[in-house]
Amino acid sequence: MTQDGDLTRTRLPLAALAVVAGSLALGGCELAPKVSQQNGYRGTGMDQIYVADSEIREEVPGPPYELPPPGGQTAGEFYENVQVLSNVSVDEFNYLMAALTEWVSPEQGCNYCHNPANMASDEIYTKSVARSMIQMTQAANTNWSDHVGTTGVTCWTCHRGNNIPEAVWTLPGEPQRGIVGNRNGQNEPVSNTAYSSLPQYSVARYLLGEVEPEDIRVVSKTMHPTEANTLSTMETEQSYALMMHMSDSLGVNCTYCHNTQSFADWNISTPPRATAWHGIRMVRNLNGGYITPLQPIFPDNRVGPMGDPYKVNCTTCHQGQNLPLGGVAMVADYPALQRAPQSGWLPSQAAMDMVMGTGADEPEDGVASTE
Amino acid sequence: MARYQNIFTQVQLRSAPETGIALPAGDEERSGGTTFNHWAGIIGQAQIGPIYLGWLGVASLICGFLAFEIIGLNMLASVNWDPIQFMRQLPWLALEPPGPQYGFSPFVPLAEGGWWIMAGMLLTASVLLWWVRTYRRARALGMGTHVAWAFLSAIWLFLVLGFIRPGFMGSWSEAVPFGIFPHLDWTAAFSIRYGNLFYNPFHALSIAFLYGSTLLFAMHGATILAVGRYGGEREIEQITDRGTASERAALFWRWTMGFNATMESIHRWAWWFAVLVTLTGGIGILLTGTVVDNWYLWAQEHGYAPAYPDSGIADPAGLGSIVE
Repeated sequence: MTQDGDLTRTRLPLAALAVVAGSLALGGCELAPKVSQQNGYRGTGMDQIYVADSEIREEVPGPPYELPPPGGQTAGEFYENVQVLSNVSVDEFNYLMAALTEWVSPEQGCNYCHNPANMASDEIYTKSVARSMIQMTQAANTNWSDHVGTTGVTCWTCHRGNNIPEAVWTLPGEPQRGIVGNRNGQNEPVSNTAYSSLPQYSVARYLLGEVEPEDIRVVSKTMHPTEANTLSTMETEQSYALMMHMSDSLGVNCTYCHNTQSFADWNISTPPRATAWHGIRMVRNLNGGYITPLQPIFPDNRVGPMGDPYKVNCTTCHQGQNLPLGGVAMVADYPALQRAPQSGWLPSQAAMDMVMGTGADEPEDGVASTE
Repeated sequence: MARYQNIFTQVQLRSAPETGIALPAGDEERSGGTTFNHWAGIIGQAQIGPIYLGWLGVASLICGFLAFEIIGLNMLASVNWDPIQFMRQLPWLALEPPGPQYGFSPFVPLAEGGWWIMAGMLLTASVLLWWVRTYRRARALGMGTHVAWAFLSAIWLFLVLGFIRPGFMGSWSEAVPFGIFPHLDWTAAFSIRYGNLFYNPFHALSIAFLYGSTLLFAMHGATILAVGRYGGEREIEQITDRGTASERAALFWRWTMGFNATMESIHRWAWWFAVLVTLTGGIGILLTGTVVDNWYLWAQEHGYAPAYPDSGIADPAGLGSIVE
């Protein structure tokens, strides 16, 4: 009995210590209620687990005032030097400008892009950028409905009240020579690889048009090795890095799109995989057609170490949600953003005009020549 | 009763130290003297030393140290020799093997994988020298060489991953980088590239033996501790002179699962399970990319992977799904 008594006395503080240590260890866990959703055949582990309130529809800014009825004079007729919205009515044009200011430059107001003494002047570079961005938004809504569906996008989807969207990327610096400061293009926690040690260049590789998007596919179509696929494990990491970026951007795991039994097989994949397939091509088009051509006009503080402008990846819109903004169809209030981009104004030509003076030859990599 | 329920060894011997049997002619002397350490005695034998390093041990430690330094200094250089960033980012840092452009050539610029080859060579030399040492020290003591052969099984997997398979594939870029996260990312990329290693039957065997080893280890450790009060920890004596500890342990397992290993055979079970983890694992890795390029298709062909209902999603590229 004496011995038992001794043990009880020594065990109590130990038990208390265990409870305290356990609570501290669990303090790192997320206690929010979760919902799980099955999205594939039973027994294949195809479940998505969400924090219950993470997928709610977000608060988005409402229209500046009631949408003016269509008709009346067009902006092109009424104002001087309207290039990409000249077919829109004056009233709707002003309505859109008011909304756009709220979305992109709420602090600087109109003067972020316009010279207040002469609103028609193109002297501020951000005005040309804004034109290209309006065309880009229209292109996303009209040409890429396989990705954006009927939800569509507005400037807010990416900008969220910032001059530059929070999630953007530029090319990593020059490849290093020697071993000092050389990470071999990987092994550094950056957002483009979901903070893994995978190659950083993969987003540029696949979302800029450097390689064919089909090169994302690394798995062999044959059981035994053939010359058709000689890709190494090291090269596979590029594709893996892009997939991690997509997973991180959308706040989902692999099984949101794939049956991990066989990543390559479409006939056991889920519908979002096809949506993502179009998304990859959309982002390539937006970067190649509407952002990269503007490169010459951006000032030094608006480009990356390689002199290239800030570009779009999946996170730019999605920001951790599989439906950006929780699926709010903001664009419904802005018919002008659902029109096809007007012809006659090219970002590449505008950039050339700003750098070389008007009338320079149109460069070959304009919108018309991209996919 | 509670005296048998201890986490740590309760009894420590203090006497004239054991110095071991006489060494064969031509061997160096055991060195380092002997001492007793209370804390070592808590988890094992309190006597420390004598040790036998010999020229094999010295050469192995030098090679191992050089490999460790090459890897560590390359990682430190990659963060511009900043010790704080080295500590902060250590899990991400790596020494990467040469890229695919170098094939399996031994002549690669140091900064582009040459250091990796050199570190790998030195590490291999270190491990092999240490292997010879385990063999020769066992022989010097008149023991069997079971430890050496078990160690060789692990070395087999190590060499398949870093040298034999890259050689068969003709590319260093198939080899594993040195680094914490980088080698894990390599593992996942390897499975992705070769159509899901889950369907590699040798990978499956390796996992079965790995988990089986932990199960056997737990069963055996628990059994011996449970009969410790009857002298069950004197396992070797109980092999030839079966006592009540052995009888009770055996009866326990016959009662609970109808069959029991013996004081001797349980160690054969454990040895084979452990050895087969890396033996089968190495075979599975070696076949990947050399004989089988897509394990999922292989498993479908051999009725080994189940077919799930078609989800009706078509490849937007119109390239067709890989399984028709």
